[in-house]
Amino acid sequence: MIGLQHYLTVAAMLFVLSLAGIIINRKNLILLLMCIELMLLAVNTNFIAFSRYLGDETGQVFVFFILTVAAAEAAIGLAILVVLFRNRRSIAVQELNTLKG
Amino acid sequence: MMLHSILFYVFAAIMFGAALGVVLSRNPVHSVMLLVFTFFNAAILWLLAEAEFLAIVLVLVYVGAVMVLFLFVVMMLDVNIEAAKRGLTRYAPLGIGLALFMAIELINVIWLRTGVSSDGSGFAPTPEGYSNTKALGSVLYTEHVYAFEIAAVILLLAIIAAITLTMRRRPGLKVQNIGKQVAVRAKDRVRVVKMDAEKKQ
Amino acid sequence: MYSYYLTIVLAPLAAAIIAGLAGNKIGRAGAHWITIIGVGLSCALSLLVLKNMFWGGAAAENISVYTWAVTDGLRMEVGFLVDRLTALMMCVVTFVSLAVHIYTIGYMHDDPGYTRFFSYISLFTFSMLMLVMSNNFLQLFFGWEAVGLVSYLLIGFWFKRESAIFANLKAFLVNRVGDFGFILGIAAVVMLTGSLDYATVFGGAEAMAEQSIEVLPGNPWNAMTVTCILLFIGAMGKSAQAPLHVWLPDSMEGPTPISALIHAATMVTAGIFMVARMSPLFELSTTALAVVIVIGSITAFFMGLLGIVQNDIKRVVAYSTLSQLGYMTVALGASAYSAAIFHLMTHAFFKALLFLAAGSVIIAMHHEQDIRKMGGIRKYMPITYWTALIGSLALIGFPGSSGFFSKDLLIEAVRESHWHGQGAVYWIAYLSVLLGVFVTALYSFRMFFLVFHGDERMSEKEKSHLHETPAVVTVPLIMLAIPSAVIGWFTVGPVLFGDYFGDAIHVSSAHDVLGHMGEAWHGSLGLLTHAVMTPVFWLAAAGVFTAWFLYLKRPDIPATIQSKFSALYKLLDRKYYFDDLYIKGFAAGGRNFGKFLWQKGDELIIDGVIVNGTANTIARLAGVMRHIQTGYLYTYAFAMIIGLTTLLGWLIWLR
Repeated sequence: MIGLQHYLTVAAMLFVLSLAGIIINRKNLILLLMCIELMLLAVNTNFIAFSRYLGDETGQVFVFFILTVAAAEAAIGLAILVVLFRNRRSIAVQELNTLKG
Repeated sequence: MMLHSILFYVFAAIMFGAALGVVLSRNPVHSVMLLVFTFFNAAILWLLAEAEFLAIVLVLVYVGAVMVLFLFVVMMLDVNIEAAKRGLTRYAPLGIGLALFMAIELINVIWLRTGVSSDGSGFAPTPEGYSNTKALGSVLYTEHVYAFEIAAVILLLAIIAAITLTMRRRPGLKVQNIGKQVAVRAKDRVRVVKMDAEKKQ
Repeated sequence: MYSYYLTIVLAPLAAAIIAGLAGNKIGRAGAHWITIIGVGLSCALSLLVLKNMFWGGAAAENISVYTWAVTDGLRMEVGFLVDRLTALMMCVVTFVSLAVHIYTIGYMHDDPGYTRFFSYISLFTFSMLMLVMSNNFLQLFFGWEAVGLVSYLLIGFWFKRESAIFANLKAFLVNRVGDFGFILGIAAVVMLTGSLDYATVFGGAEAMAEQSIEVLPGNPWNAMTVTCILLFIGAMGKSAQAPLHVWLPDSMEGPTPISALIHAATMVTAGIFMVARMSPLFELSTTALAVVIVIGSITAFFMGLLGIVQNDIKRVVAYSTLSQLGYMTVALGASAYSAAIFHLMTHAFFKALLFLAAGSVIIAMHHEQDIRKMGGIRKYMPITYWTALIGSLALIGFPGSSGFFSKDLLIEAVRESHWHGQGAVYWIAYLSVLLGVFVTALYSFRMFFLVFHGDERMSEKEKSHLHETPAVVTVPLIMLAIPSAVIGWFTVGPVLFGDYFGDAIHVSSAHDVLGHMGEAWHGSLGLLTHAVMTPVFWLAAAGVFTAWFLYLKRPDIPATIQSKFSALYKLLDRKYYFDDLYIKGFAAGGRNFGKFLWQKGDELIIDGVIVNGTANTIARLAGVMRHIQTGYLYTYAFAMIIGLTTLLGWLIWLR
């Protein structure tokens, strides 16, 4: 019987994987963004599982909004990436240290 | 029910494999393609959890729009794959260590500390004639209507932001200025010069 | 009578404000006219009030003028309590003030601060009237501080003089010590009775005397004793009782009219007045009265001794003031409040007279104050000479003069105060006042002879300028000489034995020395005929004779004595080292302590460690922390992830 814990486990695996991915692929900005998308997917899966388990649609509404915001985020993030690449001819993270205090 | 479980395990395994591919792939284009694949599998898992509407939305919006955007950007930017490869392994132990630690913590939460027994965690069957889309819509447009409007504004903002960020005027670009063309007057362009037809002898 | 009282108080205030703020517009003559009219009005109305009390038999009035604030049942009011004690004080204050106002026209004639001076002395008159007419402790304290303020302003009137600034600061600071005790005393009164009003407090005095206070934990003291001693500490500051007397001689840096008005006749007697006003409280604490009498007798005798070695004409008079204030305090301690107030009154007249006479001499000598450079002035300044003689005779208690009645009876009262027991307290007090008579006569006539008789020791140039001072100076002298000479004769009977004060002063029957003496009272004439029989007379005569012998007959002897007893002379010349103790001990100690707090406490700890130290620590910490801020995106991502895992771990395992 597939239930809440199975979904949570799958989501947790996905989350941990993307976590490792962020660290491993630390130098590639696009991959970083993709890993974040994966994380969001894991979180959304959790929401859906809980929503189903509790029989309450609010969790799914939450997912709906997360998807909206994630789309917006992806659009802006990629736009920034494009501008960055246009200005520096590179998206290598190790060159982006203008935040350094 | 058995079929249900089998489907779940199969697609979960495929999804995990695809996600592993996303993280470990050397080529960003492969990564994006595998990410699309991961999303497809996730959509199937959501379908199995009877969240049909969101599953469709995930495929349509996410895969259809956002992932295409990713793919587009990845292909547009000429990313040096060799440079991206370097340093991959240096932080791998740290990443894997942290991930394992997190995994232990999450397992602890999900399996050891939860108040829900693994047998009783199954989803209750939905009532007859239940429509996920209808149920979702009925709360989305009533209780969460303001949030819905705000989401719309956020999307608008994203559009404006993306356009503003990426639009640029290149100097020396040869384009027509239609306004100028329309505003032209004859006397600006043509000078009437009176002169004799022939030179006087 | 209500409007009379208001006018009495407000007329000098209005004059002071006009003269002070519009001094430039109304000019010098305007300033002195307006203040003299203001004070004259007060004086006339005060005399009227006194007349109503004295002959008209008017009852005491207790009027509340204005309620300033009410908090938790404690009413703070402005009000007047006009009884016979107040009426007498009002007359003394306004009369001496009027004389001084007139005198000032001559004394300050050439001074650029003329209008300012008039404004100050009118303001002083207002403050002093507020003090004596008050019907509650708060207003008493207001008047107390206001006279202190004006005293400060006037001692430092010549504020360009280093010594004047030092003197007024000293007066102010020493008075703060006394006032600290005073305000604690008032606080004790409020704590014990919950009221500031005299009538309520005196009504609850019996209950108050049964309570006890633990000032030091584990040592319950009688509440009344503690309260009275605290109040008396205030009186010690204001009335310059040892060891808080040090400011009074230095206050002679102020102009002479001030010395006469504030530092001889009125302000310094505020302490005496206050204790007499608080007689219902003091009567209930024998311990407090013993303290009062001992402090008073020490002041009376030892401060008198200092007068013998002083060479500054005003300082001699100042030490004599200290000594006489000591006499009054002794009388208070002997429960002979009427005698103290009576001596206060006569002293106000003759001491103001002596000061003004000294001032007259100073004017004539062009502000030379050293009596060694005077002599033989008698023939140049006859009016000053005769008035000064009257003042000096009154001071030493020459039979018939006002000082004779007050001082003789005061000493008699002390002798009769057997209720202090036959122990040390009684004998210290009695011997001090008795021997003080000799000392008083000695220093008074030493000064008198050195100034007015003997060789003319001033320069030829000075001598050619010497002449009698103008009428504005001599008229006040005569004005004061008349009461100095005769007022005792009329008033001694009713004031001391005739129950003049009635309810204003409360004396418990066990302490009633004056009532005891009154049984043997046969009128002023009777006292006069017995004068020759008393030791007081012979001691005074001996003092005058000694002064004559040492300073006129054999002027070489004092120098010999001085060299023979150089240690004693030095002790007297250094004023028992009180100044050294205060300046080098308390003041320098305070400054050093302050410097320590400033350099170590403030600059090192607060500024260095806490304020700048915090900033420096943060800067240093930030210097380390900024290395963590690599600017690389992934560093922040790592930090977030590590934070997340840590937080989750904490939630799971540690909570």
